Amino acid sequence: MMESPHSMRRILLPAKNWFIVMTLCAALLLNMVPFGYFLGIPDWIALVLVFWCLHQPLKVGMSAGFILGLLMDVVDASVMGQHALAYVFLAYAAAALSRRVLWFPLWQQALHVLLLFLGGQLIMLFARMFSGADFPGLSWFFSSFTGALLWYPLTYLLLAPQFQPQEKDFHRPI
Amino acid sequence: MSAIGHEPPPFFNRGPAPLVRLLFFVAASIALMVADLRFHTLEWTRLTVATLVWPIQRTAWLPIQAADNIGHYFIRQSDLQAENESLQRQRMKAAKLLLRQRHLEDENQRLRVLLDMKMRQSINGQIAEIIYAARDPFSRHVIIDKGLQQGIQAGQVIVDEHGVMGQVIRSFARTAEVSLLTDKQQAIPVQVQRNGLRSVLFGAGNGRLELRFLSTDADVQVGDILVTSGLDGIYLAGLPVAKVIKIDHDNTYVFAHITCDPVAGIEHHGLVLVLDSRTPLALPPIEDLSPEKSKHGRKEKR
Repeated sequence: MMESPHSMRRILLPAKNWFIVMTLCAALLLNMVPFGYFLGIPDWIALVLVFWCLHQPLKVGMSAGFILGLLMDVVDASVMGQHALAYVFLAYAAAALSRRVLWFPLWQQALHVLLLFLGGQLIMLFARMFSGADFPGLSWFFSSFTGALLWYPLTYLLLAPQFQPQEKDFHRPI
Repeated sequence: MSAIGHEPPPFFNRGPAPLVRLLFFVAASIALMVADLRFHTLEWTRLTVATLVWPIQRTAWLPIQAADNIGHYFIRQSDLQAENESLQRQRMKAAKLLLRQRHLEDENQRLRVLLDMKMRQSINGQIAEIIYAARDPFSRHVIIDKGLQQGIQAGQVIVDEHGVMGQVIRSFARTAEVSLLTDKQQAIPVQVQRNGLRSVLFGAGNGRLELRFLSTDADVQVGDILVTSGLDGIYLAGLPVAKVIKIDHDNTYVFAHITCDPVAGIEHHGLVLVLDSRTPLALPPIEDLSPEKSKHGRKEKR
């Protein structure tokens, strides 16, 4: 089961646009749930955005990241442009990696994604510390790790509509 | 750009190169950040987006509210009774003070009239509830459930039953954002209740407050209560703010390092009181000036 989507040797159906939009909206909704100062709540938008930028780099890109980032800035009451900057970077890096990463097994993909999330958080940290904000403590980076742990279930959840029923036909070439 | 001079048909047109787009968006984000932090010009954008996002946000609160309600449902009756009894007791205690306060306030007013002093502004306010703490880990902000529709304006003061909690910094349609005293960017002018020594209290970020710019031999003791001095024209005078818990007398520094704890339950969530904004102090009358000039003078003074 721990296979990469590319080496699963299953032909995926094309991704539906409405499904991509719906998952991004669901991530936005999850990000708005007021968990307070709980530790390790992942940034759902970053997670879903990186997923679609890896799997569908032509459909979801930096402009989506920018718009979602601005929404997050308002919802989070942070500085305008802080999340936008981090998400644009995430989208760029994910699209640049997409050809390579999808061939790795899922746990190695999760390691790649972990580095992306940490990079995004570091960008936000630098942007805010530069303007004289408080250091939120190392535990803040914990959410990147929970996000990376969720990569495995998330891949199956978001790719599920693209799987087609597996029928064994040994006469078919692929 | 083929050799013949025709443009290739736009089958594979993917727009500008990724790096160009990255640079564009990064520049846009940084411009937004500068505009927001330095010039504070994006408040109307924030208000618009917040109003549009409001219904979605409301939906997102539902699960948390439901969990809260379930928690309330399973509370033990004995706990409720105990709480009820302690509240009754507190009310009786407060009633003693309140009955006397009315009398004292009247007396105070009469004395002030006799002395020809300005009337003190009485405290009025609206009760609001803290809905949640903003997710931004770099600051200490909370969101309350009253906003522009209830007349909440930026700059109003938030108190709970023990003392000052913070200040409204942004007001949206139905919610408002409050910066707590412990936020690093928050400052409040205070005086020591015991001897009237004035200073400014700053948020230290980690749930503590810091009294800065007092010399090492200043008369401050551990356990002193700090109250608002009212010099800024925003906070009413005499509201309790913090309690001194530690003083570092290090002679290598010019100023003493004084750490304080807020008296209000700042990190607890519940009901708060949003005080009405204070009527600005009247400017001293300007005499011997033509009406035009006096207008100018007043503008410069603000």
